[in-house]
Amino acid sequence: MNNLFGLGILAGLLTASAAHAQISDGVVKIGVLNDMSSLYADIGGKGSVLAAQMAVDDFGGKVLDRPIEVISGDHQNKPDIGAGLARKWIDTEHVDTIVDVPTSSVALAVQEVTREKKRVFLMSGPASSDLTGKACSPYGFQWTYDTYALAHGTGGALVKQGGDSWFFITADYAFGHALERDTSEAVKAAGGKVLGSVSVPLNTQDFSSFLLQAQASKAKVIGLANAGGDTINSIKQAAEFGIVAGGQKLAGLLVFLTDVDSLGLKTAQGLTITSAWYWDKDDASRAFAKRFVARNPNGKPPTYTQAGVYTEVAFYLNAIKAAGTDDADKVSAQMRSMKINDFMTKDGWIREDGRIMRDMYLEEVKSPQESKYPYDYFKVLATIPAEQAFRPLKDGGCPLVKN
Amino acid sequence: MLEALGISSPALFGQLLIGLINGSFYALLSLGLAVIFGMLNIINFTHGAQYMMGAFGAYLLLEHLHLGYWWALIIAPIAVGLTGVVIERLFLKQLYQLDHLYGLLLTFGIALIIQGLFRNYYGSSGLPYRAPAELQGVRNLGFMFLPNYRAWVIVVSLVVCLSTWFVIERTRLGSYLRAATENPSLVRAFGINVPRMITLTYGFGVALAALAGVMAAPIYNVSPLMGADLIIVVFAVVVIGGMGSIMGAIVTGFGLGVVEGLTKYFKPEASDTVIFVIMVIVLLVRPAGLFGRRA
Repeated sequence: MNNLFGLGILAGLLTASAAHAQISDGVVKIGVLNDMSSLYADIGGKGSVLAAQMAVDDFGGKVLDRPIEVISGDHQNKPDIGAGLARKWIDTEHVDTIVDVPTSSVALAVQEVTREKKRVFLMSGPASSDLTGKACSPYGFQWTYDTYALAHGTGGALVKQGGDSWFFITADYAFGHALERDTSEAVKAAGGKVLGSVSVPLNTQDFSSFLLQAQASKAKVIGLANAGGDTINSIKQAAEFGIVAGGQKLAGLLVFLTDVDSLGLKTAQGLTITSAWYWDKDDASRAFAKRFVARNPNGKPPTYTQAGVYTEVAFYLNAIKAAGTDDADKVSAQMRSMKINDFMTKDGWIREDGRIMRDMYLEEVKSPQESKYPYDYFKVLATIPAEQAFRPLKDGGCPLVKN
Repeated sequence: MLEALGISSPALFGQLLIGLINGSFYALLSLGLAVIFGMLNIINFTHGAQYMMGAFGAYLLLEHLHLGYWWALIIAPIAVGLTGVVIERLFLKQLYQLDHLYGLLLTFGIALIIQGLFRNYYGSSGLPYRAPAELQGVRNLGFMFLPNYRAWVIVVSLVVCLSTWFVIERTRLGSYLRAATENPSLVRAFGINVPRMITLTYGFGVALAALAGVMAAPIYNVSPLMGADLIIVVFAVVVIGGMGSIMGAIVTGFGLGVVEGLTKYFKPEASDTVIFVIMVIVLLVRPAGLFGRRA
């Protein structure tokens, strides 16, 4: 009798603990995949890895009594390398979630891998609105910004100021084309017209030829549908050719803190941009930035994609804890049921198509005189509420959305 | 007539001028490469990194010593040229007797190390650098606005390229150099210090790269990656022009700059591949290059 009783208790204990800690392979592994060495390396790069590690450390290093590990890899802006790394991580290294992935062409490829293998994909870096549109996935979450928000934020604002004719200089790949498409639609919806565009290979050094074409078009606004090193070169050379002095406006459709840092305020001042967050926004943001800078070898405050990595990893870990498992279906459902509240987001939520709904900010780059301390680069002109910032749910063409 | 073809002539002339300006960078850089290969038989893959060091030299001189662009034009090439001398003395010396490939591998490795170090320290976004006040501003030429700085680039490039060609092909010093490459022991027998000439020649080629870097700093993004993107194109230019020919490198540099400029106007998506297409065609038809004289 005693033995049976003891056996029963043992069996009960065993099943109880088994149901409690359903972490696959005994560890929660987070894979930070981005551009570590080329033109986008300062926007995410090692800073994103640091942000993920900070989120893990702040969480306590363990979830459901299992350790959390952060690994990282360089996708070199190439979809085949990115998808290959994602596959290898999932198949042989038990990675549970892939995080960041700037460069939309790579993100689209990784989205397919994570959809097939059922892993959560937390996108802080990529811009293309197709990731929550026709390429949407039940496990893919676009955390920070997208081309639609940039297009309607910056595009709408500039058309209102009188910039009703546009010419685009576009990075010739998925992101550039998505951004040009979304901005053209925003400009036309606001009553403007698009006079033309030119597609430029990614990572071009010299934009003089394309800026000349933009000048010849006599468009009131020259839209830069590119990012990182391409945007820096475009803006620097536009200043050289007297484009702004000649009366045309430059629209930096995707500009980060690190880009303004490279250009210097003298060249970048006056640029209107749309952004998901800024380190100097409020006390909580400043506190996070201070801790980030202390651990960041190059001493720069975080960009909003790096802050996005921190907040999405923290949210993900909380979702695992609440769901009691790291199974992708259960965690995704859990995340969709939770509201997002942290230094970056107030009362944010996740839509059916994987779009995180957050407020966006219209900002302007300060002049050198207005900037009072290092990295004091932006002033907030307006807050764009989430419902207005992002594409309406029914317009995306996402198969997951029931009409 | 051009209008009938749908081409606006002001726009076209503007693109041709831009092409010439880019061509002057190609010419300056391929000149350094051609000098080093023609004189020393070394394929100097470090050229792109040395170009980048020239640009960074200009930035550092301004940032830490408050020495502006005009100082940088002189100091940066000399400083980077000296690092070139060190590389030659320590490493390249050992490889002259061996196959070209070893020089290529060594210089490629050094380039990766230098680039990696800079990127580790400075990040990849680049650093701000502006043209000096005297060279800022634009001039309205009627068919386009030409920044004064870009006009300056063409002038300097032409002067440097033509003087280098003149020194090597038309002066006694140049003839010593050319003779030393063909028959070092004989030239040594005449009492000329051949190893020192070789070292200084490598230093000079490197200084040319750094000069191009200083000239590029105000208009291109001063980033650790700036050389890597450019060096592949410059190699194509040198191959098309003929690996040993100085005049070939200069003429081809300007010429290909114009061709690339026209491609950017007619088919921009192809602008980063057109030079390689030309290289393939030239290699098939004239393997020694357009002006090359080696078999």
